[in-house]
Amino acid sequence: MTISPIENGIVLDHITAGKGMELYKALGLAELDCLVAVINNAYSIKMPGGRKDIIKIDAEIELNLDIIGYFDPGITVNVIKNGVNTKLPKIDPPKEIKNLIKCKNPRCITSVEQELPHIFKLTDSENKVYRCIYCESKAK
Amino acid sequence: MRNLIDILDLTTSEIDELVAVANDIIESPQKYAHKCAGKKLATLFFEPSTRTRLSFEAAMYELGGNVLGFSEAQSSSSAKGESVADTVKVVGYYADIIAMRHPKEGAPLVASMNAGIPVINAGDGGHNHPTQTLTDLLTINREKGRFDNLTVGFCGDLKFGRTVHSLIGALSRYKNVKFVLISPKELTLPEYIIKEVIEKNNIEFVETTNLEEVMGQLDILYMTRVQRERFFNEQDYIRLKDSYILTPEKLENAKEDMCILHPLPRVNEIAVAVDNDKRAKYFEQAKNGKYIRMALILKLLEVE
Ligand SMILES: [Zn+2]
Repeated sequence: MTISPIENGIVLDHITAGKGMELYKALGLAELDCLVAVINNAYSIKMPGGRKDIIKIDAEIELNLDIIGYFDPGITVNVIKNGVNTKLPKIDPPKEIKNLIKCKNPRCITSVEQELPHIFKLTDSENKVYRCIYCESKAK
Repeated sequence: MRNLIDILDLTTSEIDELVAVANDIIESPQKYAHKCAGKKLATLFFEPSTRTRLSFEAAMYELGGNVLGFSEAQSSSSAKGESVADTVKVVGYYADIIAMRHPKEGAPLVASMNAGIPVINAGDGGHNHPTQTLTDLLTINREKGRFDNLTVGFCGDLKFGRTVHSLIGALSRYKNVKFVLISPKELTLPEYIIKEVIEKNNIEFVETTNLEEVMGQLDILYMTRVQRERFFNEQDYIRLKDSYILTPEKLENAKEDMCILHPLPRVNEIAVAVDNDKRAKYFEQAKNGKYIRMALILKLLEVE
């Protein structure tokens, strides 16, 4: 099965096999009206298990890199312009994420005040631990 | 503008400053009697805690200030569904500083982001209670004259005891502190505190189930209550509860100058007979709570 190369767009490579659809949803790609391909279980020499997922977006869109950095800093982002591929530098996990995940602690103020933004801060970059700014619960 | 939401919001030198001011207030209270004249403290207690509220209110009155507020959610606008943010925005127009108690974790932080005046966390659920920790620290300072070179025993419910967690966090910043963690197996200190606080700061610690065995090592014994509802079955509770009740007999091997602390209220975890022991400092501790809150109010209101 082949998917034709992109002239202008974005390719997200080295996504952990099986996680492609999850990232597709997190990035809100369903709302785009251009061609988007999620390729599951592509062959990879680099990735554990020899499998990876890839997402190809056939349009030059603004991606929220924080989401990718939070999701998995190992993902490679390639931006393609007029057929020329530019690999973006490695994305660091963001220091803070807002409204990307929800605090699940039932004792947290966000559990009763729905309009509060759900904000998590990176408290341990070595182990990529995010904690809710209100109750300090670990993000799951 | 400053707030106090978590004890670690304060640097160790800021804690030293607060302790010094509190000691000066104890020394010469008349000097401070009018420092907050014309200022108002709002005590917003979304759940009742008479002891903490009275301590804040007494502190503000002794500084010559005034107090307004409510003591339970039923009498506040939150009973009508108002958000914390909206409540404190309005209170910010009426008062100069807020002390807030709330059953939900993080509510005082939300308040501090919206009030426009300083906010003190007076306890948010099982999360933080920094003025209790300041009270503990002032007492340790007055009794021991230092925060370093101390062996501190924590006894009882170390799993859910937030006062224990905060004090461990605060003391972990000093040199040569050693922790002795005394609890039933069911109620040991959470793993993340051991990993992220104690081990991260390279602090020596031991865990034990036997209070008497370690008594002789301790400079400070911090008692907490072992609550019945924390146990899965009644038999375990009955079997274990007496091991963690402090009696004059258990104190036999304790150092002469050991200092016994307890955040109060006590139920039965310290026998009343211990109250007469010169090492019992828990009522002293409650008294210190007012003075450290006075110092904190002065600092946050930037009163010289
Ligand atoms: Zn939370």
